[in-house]
Amino acid sequence: MISKLSSLFKPASEKNSESDWATYYKQQTTQCADAELRRFYSSGLPDADTPLSQLEFVALDFETTGLNVRRDRIVSIGLVPFTLSRIRPAAGDYWLVDPSVSLSKASVTIHHITDSEVANAPALDTVLPELLQALAGRIVVVHYRQIERNFLDAAVMALRGEHCLFPLIDTMAIEARWARQGMLANMKRTLGLREDSIRLADSRQRYGLPDYSSHHAKVDAMATAELFQAQVARHYNEDTRLSDLWL
Amino acid sequence: MEAEVREIREHLGRYPPFDRLSEQLLDKVASSVEISYFRAGSLILSYKQSIDSLYYIRSGAVEVYRHNNELYNRLGEGDIFGHLGLLHNHHVRYPASAIEDTLIYLIPDAVFQQLCDEDENFADFVELSGSRLKTTVEQSHRENDMMVTRVRSLIGRLPVTIEESATVEQAAQLMTEQHVSAILLLAAANENNSLAFSDNEGLHWRITGILTDQDFRVRVLAQGGSAQTALSEIKQGELISVQSDKTVYEAMLAMLRNNVQHLPVMHRRRPVGIVQLADIVRYETHNSLYLVSNIFHQSNVKGLVRLMPEVRAAFIRLVDEGATSQMTGSALSTIGRSLTRRLLELAHDELGPPPVPYCLMVNGSMARDDQSITTDQDNALVLSDDFDPQQHDAYFAELASRMSDGLAACGYPYCTGGIMATNPKWRQPLSVWKNYFEEWITRPDPERLLHSSIFFDLDAAYGEESYVEVLQDLIVTRASQNKRFLGALARNALGRTPPLGFFRTFVMEKDGKHKNSINLKRRGTAPMVDVIRVHALAAGSRAQNSFERLDDIDRSAMLPAGQVDKLRYALEFIAMVRIRHQAYNLRIEKEADNNIDPENVSDSERHNLKDAFQVLSNAQKYLRFHYPMPD
Repeated sequence: MISKLSSLFKPASEKNSESDWATYYKQQTTQCADAELRRFYSSGLPDADTPLSQLEFVALDFETTGLNVRRDRIVSIGLVPFTLSRIRPAAGDYWLVDPSVSLSKASVTIHHITDSEVANAPALDTVLPELLQALAGRIVVVHYRQIERNFLDAAVMALRGEHCLFPLIDTMAIEARWARQGMLANMKRTLGLREDSIRLADSRQRYGLPDYSSHHAKVDAMATAELFQAQVARHYNEDTRLSDLWL
Repeated sequence: MEAEVREIREHLGRYPPFDRLSEQLLDKVASSVEISYFRAGSLILSYKQSIDSLYYIRSGAVEVYRHNNELYNRLGEGDIFGHLGLLHNHHVRYPASAIEDTLIYLIPDAVFQQLCDEDENFADFVELSGSRLKTTVEQSHRENDMMVTRVRSLIGRLPVTIEESATVEQAAQLMTEQHVSAILLLAAANENNSLAFSDNEGLHWRITGILTDQDFRVRVLAQGGSAQTALSEIKQGELISVQSDKTVYEAMLAMLRNNVQHLPVMHRRRPVGIVQLADIVRYETHNSLYLVSNIFHQSNVKGLVRLMPEVRAAFIRLVDEGATSQMTGSALSTIGRSLTRRLLELAHDELGPPPVPYCLMVNGSMARDDQSITTDQDNALVLSDDFDPQQHDAYFAELASRMSDGLAACGYPYCTGGIMATNPKWRQPLSVWKNYFEEWITRPDPERLLHSSIFFDLDAAYGEESYVEVLQDLIVTRASQNKRFLGALARNALGRTPPLGFFRTFVMEKDGKHKNSINLKRRGTAPMVDVIRVHALAAGSRAQNSFERLDDIDRSAMLPAGQVDKLRYALEFIAMVRIRHQAYNLRIEKEADNNIDPENVSDSERHNLKDAFQVLSNAQKYLRFHYPMPD
C-alpha cells in the first residue's frame, strides 16, 4: 500500500517532508478535477513550523468491514475537533455509511454495526462533502494512520477518480516512538519480553486516561484527541512545531 | 444520543450532585461537555484568571489552594471545582493544580447557571464548600420521622389533673371516668413561683408529680396502703417532663434515661398532655425501650447476659430504620447505663446497702451518650467524703469488681487503660477527685493529660449525682480560664490525624489484621470528639455529648461562622458510616469493628467521607493555631 502511494506521490512516504505537503496541496488545488476536493485543498495547510498551540486539530476515526483496503469498506466515521486546550465532542460529527458490501461476522462483533443498521445509511459519496468540510484547514489526528489514510484515499479514488491525501498526526506512531524506544524497551526486547502494547486503550492507560466502554468511531475519535493532548503534555510542549509530528 | 455523550453521561450520573439531576438536565450537561487533559504537576486554574466552565474530574487528582497557597482541598474522580469562581464574577478564587495526570470535563457556564436555576439540590451543593456533606446528612435526618416529629403531635387530649391532697380513691375514680392510665398531681402555688401556671379560673398551680395505674398497684396495694392515702404521700421525687416542641426522639430519650413510661408534656409551665410509651412505640418499632425495662427485670448477671443478642438486634434495627448516629449512640448509652445500674442494684442486694453514699461516674463514650456497639467500660467511683478506706474500701472494691465483671460478661471489655472503679486510684472520695481535676487543670502536661482526658467526659450513672455535678462545675469554672490546660488538651487532640494522604487518597492502616483499611474511630470520630472537647471546655460548656457541645460552641460564637455546622455534619457522617458498618458486621455474624475498606463504600459515600475527614483535618489545623501550648 505504502509503496504504491509513494510511487504515485512522494510526500505520502513516511519521510517528513514539509515542503512536499505544501507543494502537493498547491498542485491539487489547480489540477484536481473534483470541485469538492479542489475546495478542500484550496483551504490550504498551516505552515509546517506553526506551534501546536496555534493549531486547530480534528480527531478522525473509521470503523471498517475489515483491514483489507481493496476488499473492505468504511462503515462509520467519527470526528471530534479540538485544540491543545479543549476537546469539543459536541462540535464533532458521526456518520454511518452504507458500505455496499455485506458486513462480515468479525467486524460486526467489533463495532456492533449490523447490516440492517447501515441499510438506510447514506453512501460515502453523499457524506464526503460534509466530511471534507470538517477536515479542511485542520490537522487530522488518528490512531494508526494506515486505516484512515488508506481507506479514505481508496474510497475517494473509487468514487471520484482522485487521490485524497493530507498530512496526519498518528498517536500510535508517537506512542511507538516513546514507548518502544529507549533503554527499557531495548532491555525488554533483549530479554524476549513482550513490548508495550500501543493499541489505543493500552496507550491511554499509560497516561492515566480512563477506559471507554464502547467501540464506536466518535468515541474513539474523542479518545484519540485525549491521547494526543496527553502525549503533547508529557513528551512535547505547546511550542513544538507541527513539522515534528505530522506524517 | 450519541455514544460519546452516553459515555460522559454514564460517568457524571454516578457522582453528586449530578446523580440527582433529572434525566433531561443530565442529558443537557453530558452533551455540553468539553474535555481537557492536564499532566501531573501542571496548573489547571490560576488565581484570578477568568473562568467560563465548571471543572469536573473524569480521572486523576487535583489540589485546590487558597490564594495564599495554603492547601484547601484534595479532589478526585467525580469531584467538581471552579464553581466558586463561576458564582463570583467568573474569576478563579481558588487556584488548582493536577497532582496526578488528570482528565477534566468542562461544563460551560451557561449550563452551570441553568442547573443552579432549575435544580435546587444542585444549587445547594455548589453554593457552599462542604455543602455536599450537609446535603447528605440533612437528607438522612429528614428521612427519620422521630427526629422531626414534635412530641405535641402525639398528644391526644389534655391531661387529667387532681390536687395532690386528694386520696388514692378519688384519683382512681377520676381516672376511670376519664379512661386514662396516668394523672398529674397539682398543688396550689404562689403566682410568683417559677413553676406556676394559671388555670381558666385564674388560680395558680404547679405540677408536683405524675401517678399511673402501676403506681397504685406498686405503691399502694402491694404495700398494704389504704384507699384513703393522700396522693402526696405516694408520689415520686422528681418530676420528669418534656417541652411540647421537643421531638419524639427527645421524648423517647427522656423516657429511656429515666426509665419511665409516661411523660408529662409541657408548653412552658403549663401541662398540655401526657405522652405514653405506647404512643412512641407507634413511631419507634424497635424494642430498645422494652429492652431497658427488661434489663431492670433481670435478677442476676446471667439474665443480663442473655439480653445481649437483643441489644445487638435492636442496634441493627435502629440503623436499618435510618437512625442517626446521635440516636443510636444515645440508645446504646442508655442501655449501657441501665446495665451498669442494674448490676449495682444486684450487688447491693447481696452486699447490703453502701456504708457511705457514692456516685458511679461514667466516662468516655457513655458519658457523652455516643456509645457504639463495641465499647470498653470506663467508669469510676466518687465516694462521700465520709469515706474511710480502712472501714469502707473493701465494700466498694467488691461492688466495683462485681459491676466490672458483670459488664465484661455482657460484652463490655475491661478498659485497657484501667479507667475502672476496680482501680483504687479511681475509687476515691469527692475531695480527692476535686484534687485530681485541680491538678490536671492547673498543672497540665500533655503526657499526663493523654491518660486523663477521658475524665473530662463525665456523667453520673447511679447514686449521688450531685458529686459528679460538683466535678462538672469545677471543670467549667477552671478549664475555660486556663490557656495552658487548653493548649495541652489541644496538643493531645492533634495526635490522631484523619486518614487522608498527600495524594488525596485514603491512608490505610499499614499492618496488623486490619491492614488496608481505615479505622473510623481512631482516625475519625475519636479525634473529632477530642477537637470538640477542647472548644467546649474553652466555651465553658457543661454538655458532655459532642452535638450538645457543638450547640454551646455555636452560641459562644468562638469559631468562625459555619465552622460548627461543618464539624457537626462531618462528625455525624463519619459516625453514621461507622455504625452502618458495624450493623453490617453484625448482620453477617462478624464481630463489629471500626475498620472499613474504602473500596467497599459507595462512590458518593467515599466522597463524603473525604470531605468529612477534610473538615477534621482543617479543624485540627485551627486548633494547633488557636490553642498554642504556652512555654
